[in-house]
Parts: sequence; structure tokens; C-alpha cells
Amino acid sequence: MHAFHVRIGPVSYRIGSPWSAPVAALRRLYAGYPLPEEGMATVTARIGPPRPWRRWLHPQVAIEGDHVLPDTVPMALRHGLLAIEMAMNMQVALGERRFLLVHAAAVERGGKALILPGDSGSGKSTLAALLGEAGWRLMADEFVLIDLATGLAFPFPRAISLKNSAIAEMEARIADPARFGPRLSGTPKGELRHLRPREDAVARMDEPAEPALILFPSYGYEPASDGVSKSELFARITEGSTNYIPLGQPAFDRLVTIAETVPAARFAYPDSASGVAIVEQFCAEAGI
Amino acid sequence: MKDARPLATALADPVSVLGLGADAWTSLLSIARAERLDGSLAYRLADMPLPGPVARALEDARAEAEFGRTQALWEVEMARRALAPLGIAPILLKGSAFAFAGLPAAVGRVVGDLDILVPRDRIDEAEAALLGAGFVWAKDDPYTQGYYRRWMHELPPLIHPDRGGMIDLHHTILPLTARPTPDAGALVADSIEIAAGLRILCPADMIVHAACHLFADGDLSGGLRNLWDIDRLLRLFASAPDFWKKLDARARLHDMRGPVALALRLADRLFATPVEPRIAGHDRMRDALFIRRILARDGWGRPIRPLNRLGFYVRSHWMRMPPLMLARHLWIKARSK
Repeated sequence: MHAFHVRIGPVSYRIGSPWSAPVAALRRLYAGYPLPEEGMATVTARIGPPRPWRRWLHPQVAIEGDHVLPDTVPMALRHGLLAIEMAMNMQVALGERRFLLVHAAAVERGGKALILPGDSGSGKSTLAALLGEAGWRLMADEFVLIDLATGLAFPFPRAISLKNSAIAEMEARIADPARFGPRLSGTPKGELRHLRPREDAVARMDEPAEPALILFPSYGYEPASDGVSKSELFARITEGSTNYIPLGQPAFDRLVTIAETVPAARFAYPDSASGVAIVEQFCAEAGI
Repeated sequence: MKDARPLATALADPVSVLGLGADAWTSLLSIARAERLDGSLAYRLADMPLPGPVARALEDARAEAEFGRTQALWEVEMARRALAPLGIAPILLKGSAFAFAGLPAAVGRVVGDLDILVPRDRIDEAEAALLGAGFVWAKDDPYTQGYYRRWMHELPPLIHPDRGGMIDLHHTILPLTARPTPDAGALVADSIEIAAGLRILCPADMIVHAACHLFADGDLSGGLRNLWDIDRLLRLFASAPDFWKKLDARARLHDMRGPVALALRLADRLFATPVEPRIAGHDRMRDALFIRRILARDGWGRPIRPLNRLGFYVRSHWMRMPPLMLARHLWIKARSK
């Protein structure tokens, strides 16, 4: 097994692969990240051949690890990096029990967190990547971790997965090619390239922020915005949380508080420039 | 780690974890999760001084186990409500029984499906009541339905589409095609009422069922977990006067002396479980094969020893049904894939 140990926010990973290439790509992508706390990885994510001969013959990668979902579809070996990233996500989605997981991107400024929940294709990753290069600190691309006791958002600054047109857009903005992973074509999610967050996001990965605004983006429409009621906010966050139910009463109480105290809105935007402008306008109104 | 033995050692003797290094801890956690014993391990190590990251990981495992217990008890209640109007008191089996009765085997244990046993002459009514309560068949192709109904010890599994809970409705504890024939009537007759409308097997039958489950009804996947159940149960039951005598009598009655003896020997070997040597018998050569199969997992949580595993897979089918029937069964299963 080729192994790589890394800590991302509160999660200390051991990552394993029988092939060396995906681990080497991962090592480059996560250059500068710290090692696990006390050298002790407590979460194992791995990839492996779905059948023994698939290691060499038309190699295929299956997503594996401590926690597994039945019937995940194996991928081609050239998408091994994506498979590892998915394995890392799966471990957190299925195993995390201290923080409430919110399926969202997040950025921080002045100790206040802007949370961007949204389905795949809503543009949340792209917006978070853009904001992360423009005066904000990137906290998360996929999962925001809400501390049940304090309500603070904890960073989980993984590599951002840029898709399709977002790739060229970020390539044009970021001079350092070392921050990008390899370009992956024809993945189940289309064209894909990972981006390492800026150094400050990695250096400050233990620094939480107070949730101050929740915005639901929709990419590809004429600019428009609308309020989100407290009840809808509650419902949409629970829908997007993989561990809301097992966490029980404390998660319910925490989400009620968030829904009652954090302002929320939805907005549509046709392109990145107007997306960022709308976000900044909302933030100005919310005093962030 | 070359296999899962450190997990067995940690469960049996929590002090053994004191010397573990960082990598050994990472492996131990992975093996425990793969064997679905992380909750049990977390409770066993609760009083040990643990490195911070490990303590946190085990806290999550305890939270998960506690959630699982709540869900399992709720499924029990749903089944009780569905069957109570018929006057059927289901006999809870395995994890649900341990959880409901508060037995030490339930501490940190995952509970998978809800397994219940009802008298065979009432199983049609029980099935109708569960279907009426919103359960649906998880597999409803005609071959599987016919196969279960004709040959198996349980009906095809039912699932509740809203809650996702699975329920296995048993009328006995081994397939009808298996060579031993447990006395289902005696299982029911000697079961114990644990609450209004709910029953569990008597202690000796619980051990017999655990042995059935381990050796006569599967390929030993989950074997470490099943043996850990047996250890926890025996440590409790063995203090009752006459327990070993009763166990001996029940194992004979259910045609299960061999598997019960083997279960006792393996539990003794892995967990130093107190067992009665006259029932457990002498170590046999093949015991080592069973131990190798039960511990067949590497430090990454991956299955290892493919030949040994295959052997037990073949054995499980071989024991389950006569050769011609087996050939027909595998042929139909292969064609349906």
C-alpha cells in the first residue's frame, strides 16, 4: 500500500492506494498541509481494485475505507485522484459525529463565516474559490463543520474541486501552477481539476468563525434574489446533512438556533463577476 | 498488523493497548470499524488512558452505537405494535434481544436487521400484519420468494421504506435444508417474556443460536463480532447454577453439540472466555483454520486470506443444502446476475 498521512481541520487521515500515481498526485495537491495530530491518523480512506485482477488488467478503482457505502461505482484508474477525494469525503459523511455536517462551501472575513449551501452545479465551489482569492479565507468546499456546543463553523479546507468552465476561470486568475492538480477528463462529474486553497486557509485551519450569513446560489440564471424563511432554511440544511439524524437532539437545537439567528437568502447569477458582486452586496448589508 | 488479532486482544484485555504506537492505533481503529466492533471497543477502552485523537475517535463510535441502540429499540417497538393485535409475542433474536434485555453483549454493539422468531403456525398471520404495517419485501423476484418460503428458516426479508429498517421473520434458526434440525417448538416454549408482548430466547438457547449463526448459517463473515457476543453472554450466564448442564442439554436437543463446542473453544482461544471443558471438548486441528478465517483482515481493514475465505464460503453453502440442490441454486443465482 502507498500511504499518505495528512490532517485537514479536525480530521486526521491515513490514505492508501495499491497504485503509486494517485497518492503522488495527492501528495503534490496537499503540499504544505500538516501531519496528523500526535502522528495518529484516526480515519482511513483508501482506494483499491474492485476485483483483484483489476489492479493490472483494465485497472479500476473502487472507493473504500473505514466506512463504506454499498454499490459505489468503480472508476477508471486515471480518475484515481477523484476516487481518493470521494473516499475522503465518504469517511467524513458517514463517520463524523462531533460536528454537524452541512453540505456547503464557506469563506470567512473578520471572524464571520459566509456559508454557501447548494447542490452540485449550483456554483458554490466556484464562488468559494473566487472569494478565497479575493480577500476572503476559504474554509470549506464541500462540508462545513458546525460545533454543536458553540455553533461555530470549523474549517475543513480540502482541495476545491473545480468543474468544467470554472477550471479555465481559476487558471486565468492563479499564477502558481503548483496549486492545481492534474486535469481529469471524462469523469462522472465532467471535466475536473482540483485547486489547493491559499496558504492562509491552510495555516488557519484550526480557526473557527461565527456563521453570519447563509446564501443559496444558483448558477446560470439572470440575476435575482429572494429571502429564505427560517423554516425553509432549517429544512434545506437538514436535507443536506448526512449526520443530522444520528446526532439527535443537540443537532436539532443547534439548527433551530442557526435558523432563527443567521440571515439567509437565495440568489441567481449568470456569471462569476455578477455572482461575486451579488455576494458582496449581501455581505455589505449583513455587515460582514 | 498482519491480521485482526490485536483487536481480539484489545477487547479481551484492554490493558494491552497501553503500548500501542501511532500506526498501530490507526490500524486497530480501521480493523475495528471493518469488523463493526468499533463501538464495542470504545466501551471496553472507556476507562483506559488513551491518546487524544484516539479518545475522540472512540467517542464518535460510542455516539454512533448509542444512536444505533435507539433505532433498534424503536424497530422492536414497531414490530411489537404490528403483532400485538394478533396476540403474537415475537421472540427477539441477536442484537435486538441483547439491546432490549440490556445484556452486556449489547454494550457498543451494532444492531443490524431486526430478527424475530414466531411460531411456525402463525408466521403467515405475522407476515400479513407486518405488510399491513407498511413493510414491503426487500427481494420479490419469484425465485427468491419461493426459495425462502420452501427451504429457509425465515421469510424473505422485509424492509420498511420510510425508516429503512429490515426485519427477518424466522420460524426456526437454521435453514430447513441444513443437516441439523433445531427444535423450533422448544425454542418457543422455553422463551422468556421480557416485557409485555415481547420475548427472548432462554440463555442456553441464545448460545445455541449464536453458534448456529456462526458456523452453520454463513461463511463466518462477522465471525469476530459473533464470537464476542458469545464471550459477553457466557461471562454473564456462566455464573448461574446449572447453566453448563442446561447448555449441554439444549445443544443435544437442537442437534448442535458440535457447533456449540467449537464456538466455546474459539471464544476461549480468542478472548479467554470461561468455558466448561467437558462441553467445549479438546482442540482440533481445524480450529486453527477457523481462527485464521475469523482474523482475516489486514491493518488497512481489508479482507485477506482469499483461499481460506473461499473455503468457508463454499462450506457455508455445502452445509446449507444437499449437493444437487446447491448446484441448481448456484446456477439460477449465476444466471440472474
